[in-house]
Order: sequence, then structure tokens, then C-alpha cells
Amino acid sequence: MSAAESPPNQRRLMEGSEAIAEAAIAAGCRFFSGYPMTPFTEVLECFAKRLPDEGGHCINSESEIEAIGQAWGAAATGARAATGSTGQGLSLMQESMSEITRAEIPIVIFNMARGQGDYFQATRGGGHGDYRHIVLAPESVGEATELTQLAFHLADQWRHPVVIYGDYLIAHTAEAVQIEKIDFGPLPDKDWAVDGSLGGTGRSRNVNPIGMEKGSKGIDPNKFWQRLSDKEDRIQEAEQRFEVEQAEDAELLIVAFGTLARFARAAIRDLRAEGLKVGLFRPISLWPFPAQALRDAASGCKRVAVLEQNAGQMIDDVQLSLLGSVPVVAIGGISTDAAGFGIGALLDSDRIAARARDAYAGKPVPRGVVS
Amino acid sequence: MSNDYDPLRVIPTDAPPTVACRKKGSFEPALTLMGEHDLCPGCGEPLALRQILDSIEALGHAQDAIGVIGIGCYTALTSLMDVDLIQALHGRAPSVATGAKRMRPDNLIFTLQGDGDMVNEGLQEVIHTAARGENVTCILLNNGVFGETGGHMTSTTVLGQRTKNSIEGRDAKQHGYPILIGDLLAGLQGTAYCARASVHDAKGVARTRRFLDRAFTSQEKGQGFSFVEILTMCPTGWFIPTAEGPSYLDEELGAIHEVGELKKDGVLIDRNA
Repeated sequence: MSAAESPPNQRRLMEGSEAIAEAAIAAGCRFFSGYPMTPFTEVLECFAKRLPDEGGHCINSESEIEAIGQAWGAAATGARAATGSTGQGLSLMQESMSEITRAEIPIVIFNMARGQGDYFQATRGGGHGDYRHIVLAPESVGEATELTQLAFHLADQWRHPVVIYGDYLIAHTAEAVQIEKIDFGPLPDKDWAVDGSLGGTGRSRNVNPIGMEKGSKGIDPNKFWQRLSDKEDRIQEAEQRFEVEQAEDAELLIVAFGTLARFARAAIRDLRAEGLKVGLFRPISLWPFPAQALRDAASGCKRVAVLEQNAGQMIDDVQLSLLGSVPVVAIGGISTDAAGFGIGALLDSDRIAARARDAYAGKPVPRGVVS
Repeated sequence: MSNDYDPLRVIPTDAPPTVACRKKGSFEPALTLMGEHDLCPGCGEPLALRQILDSIEALGHAQDAIGVIGIGCYTALTSLMDVDLIQALHGRAPSVATGAKRMRPDNLIFTLQGDGDMVNEGLQEVIHTAARGENVTCILLNNGVFGETGGHMTSTTVLGQRTKNSIEGRDAKQHGYPILIGDLLAGLQGTAYCARASVHDAKGVARTRRFLDRAFTSQEKGQGFSFVEILTMCPTGWFIPTAEGPSYLDEELGAIHEVGELKKDGVLIDRNA
């Protein structure tokens, strides 16, 4: 590639929103549609600014419902397409997210969430029907750029939607990052995508979420659902991602995801300095949840402490993973600001250390709101 | 299928054929797969669908057309439509068509929606798609009822029309007034072509085909949003004998949703002139 063709992929200070948009474009994303909402707005701004230069399209959609519909249409033609919002906006998109999963359309959805209260929405399939989608939760801007590119790859590999679970800190923190296209290996052909070419041949395509086939008036629901169910089993097997730190000798294992894990890491450094044996387990894929890895990491621990910025959601997955083998306590809680953006009292490593100390000693940790 | 059959051409019999053998005067439509369907006797939707597919084929779009389908009785016909399709959610087809057209601007992109789908659930989508001047063709099959659920009131149900949830007839005081969606969309700047047709008789079917041809041609020219509303019979949802469907459509729905072109080349047509 000549110097004129290649963009200057230098390491530079970038806000998360811009870094995510640049990473998506590096991954080949050429369609984005969104509706402004804090803290997601700047992601939309960056796509609006950059995509036309790349021969792509960014639509300022009239609602989140239309945003995901437009991305659906773009992705159905085989293009790499994305949309996004905050958890509130994703609530409006859930009907489409459910159907897109069944229609097996690869699409990437960014949730620049207001805190971690959207864990259930992200991991349980917030819409109707039986489905799950892949959820990746970066802890930093740097990791967000890698996971964004991975998201497009996994979406194409599995023909499945992928959600990037970010937050205010990911979107609005500037970090030094270098964005280059990452090669994740070969992908299957998109021969399922509509381009109009098979019209009149008797083999024309129908990208649909109901199992409709051409030439017959019927749908075989059992065949359709078995295929989807088998695929989700395979994803669950293959795509668990996590990070374990200092778990070998840990008596207390803190489980935290996203940016909150970085605060936990700082608290653990202090606790280790005091002589307390504390480790960290960070799920990177929230679905599929890395259950076996957590079981392994927690096997020698006295307690597992779940640190999450909500009333207690991921703790369900932790308990389901451990099945009572290790006692589980919650050390997080609801933590937000007056604007509701999730910038609350729990984002403080001293406070987290204090709560972890209580959990370490077997003392009760207050539930509910962290203030 | 272009008819290049020349009866006076001398066919060399000592060489293998270069043109596929074709039955003369075949009336089998090219883009409609032959098979059974689940729609009711007297339904107008297969008639409308045939005109859409024939128009696509005649204009040379058999192998670049992409349809985006809503949810309604016509969804059951998609297994017989031999063009590439995307099945959308109820009401969302114009948005899905927007995304598809942006990525494939050289393809003919159309939606197929019912009145419940487009005018109830998805009114916002079609209005914004028209206002944006998206270069797609939205096609509405308007029978004034939710046919698939068994004949319930939609936003296009005319005053006095009996439906399962306006059993004594639609009453403006209780149920509000019908939306004349064609007239509404014609008024938007992004709309280039807008017309209302009906399949209640042979003349109406021919007119439907003409309007569809013009809408697709408008998209070919890149003029912006094009729209064809097709009034279709639904004797089952209207609770009338099958044979009375066409006259009921013409006299009741047709009296309010008036047939004709509303906008051409971006210019409103004065229907009183």
C-alpha cells in the first residue's frame, strides 16, 4: 500500500467515541445510523464526520427504531453496518434486535450505557422470543478499539448481532491509541446477502426472521429453531473471553466488568500492599459469560465479591457459574449522578477497597445505593 | 422476458441451439413462482403483487430488484416472489429499504406494506423516508382493515366502515378520521412520484401497472421518493360476499381514497383542474 493510500495510523490521543468510530471504519464499517443521546452522541458525530470521506453513509435517523431498521437494511446487503445509542435508546431497538438475531444478520450495536444497569438488557436478549446476542465489554478506550474490530469479525463469522457495552467513561475519556486494521482471519462468503442477482432464477433469497423459504407456502419452524439454537450453543462454547489477575493465591476474588474493573484493579493494588490476598476476574464477553473460567479462578477462594454498578445483575451469572461452590457477596451498588449518566460514588478505588476489606473479613457490605 | 422470437428466422439445424426453446404465447409470469398460497378467495393482494413483479421484469430489473416486506397477509406470498427479499418488522420496511438503497444505489429497492403496517405502526418511518427524499419506491396495499387478524380497524378505514373493533361502522367521534396517506406523502418535498390505484376491475389493474411503471422509472432516474398506493379487496375482512368485493372497494373505499396520480416529477397534480 502506498503512503497516499494508507491513513497515518499514528498513536495519538483520542476520545473513546472517536476511537470507536475510527476502529469501526478500519474494520470496514461503511454504514452507521443513530439518534443523539448522551453519552453516545459523540460516536454518532464522529461517524457523521468520517463516513462520507470513506464512501460510506451515516444517517441522522429520526428515532432509534429507524436507526436500527436502516442498519438492518444495510447489513442485509452484506455491508458492514452498525448503530448504537445508550441503554434507553437500545430499549427502543429491542424488537429489531430480537428479529435481526433470528434473521441472522451481522450487525454491531454500540451501547454507550449510563452505568452498568443495562447488564440484563444486554445479556438476556431484551426483546421478545428466544435469543441471545454476543456482548463485549471493554475496560478502556484501547480495548474498545480492538473489541470494536473484533465485533465486526464475530458478527460476520456467526451471522449474529454483537453489542459493544461501553459507558460514559469509555465514550468521553481520551487515551493514546493507535488504530490499525486487525486481521482476525478468513470469513465465510456472504452468499446469503441480498444483491438482487438471483431474481427470476427460482433461487432468489429471502433474508427473514421467520424461516420463510422460497417456492413453498410453508415454514418449517422446528428446522429453523434448531439451527438457531445449535448456533447459539456453538457461540457459547467458542466465544467466552475474560481476564484473570492475581487469582492463584487469592482468598477474595473480585468480579467486575467494563471500566469499573480498572477501579477494582487500583483497589486491589492497595489491598495487596496491606497484605490482603485479592484477585480480579474480568469477563470481557458478558454473553457468552465465561462460566468455566470463573469457576476455575474462584476454586481456591474463600469468597467471590461481585463489583457492579447496579442493584445486582451480573451477580446472577456469577452465582449460576459457581453453583454454590464458593460464597458470593455483592460489593457494588447503584451509583449515579444527578444527570443519570452513571458517574457515581462507586467510581472511587478507596471506596471499593473499603467494601472489599469488609467482604474479605466476612462483614456485611451495605446494599442498594452507594453514596 | 424480452420477446426476441422471430418467426421468419431460418434456424440452422446442423448446429446446437443458441437460444433456449420457448413456448410461444406463454402467459406464465417470470418472477412469480407457481404454487399454492394461503390467501382468501377474492383477495386483491395477489393481483397487485402480479402487477408489481411484472413491472419489475418489464423494466429490466428482474436481477437487481430487492423487495423489503412488511407484516400482513401479503407476507405469506413472499415464498412465491422470485426476487431477492428482506423481511422487515411490522411498519419498519421504509427504514430497512433506506439502508439497503444507501449501500446498493444501483438496485431497484421497493417496499411492500399493508395499511396497518405502513399507516398505523410505521407512519413515522414512511413520512421520514419520503421527507428525506430516499430514492426508493414504497408500495402500499390498502384494504382499510387488518386482514390478517380478521378484519380490524386501521388508520385508513373509511367512516361508516364496519370492522371487528368498529362494529357499528367507523364513527369520527369515537374512532377519528381516516388518514389519506397518498395525499399526505404527496405534500412532502422529498416525494417525486405519488399515485393511488385500485385493482377492482381490469381497467384498474392496467392503471395500477402504469403507475407502478412510472414509480419505478422515477427511482431509475434518481428523482427521490416514489409511492404507489394500491386499493385491494378484502371481502373476508369486510364481512361481505366474495363477489361483492370489487364493487365495495370502488364505491366505499374508492370514494374516500380517490384513485389517480397525485404527484409526478416532483410536481403536485391539480386534481380539480
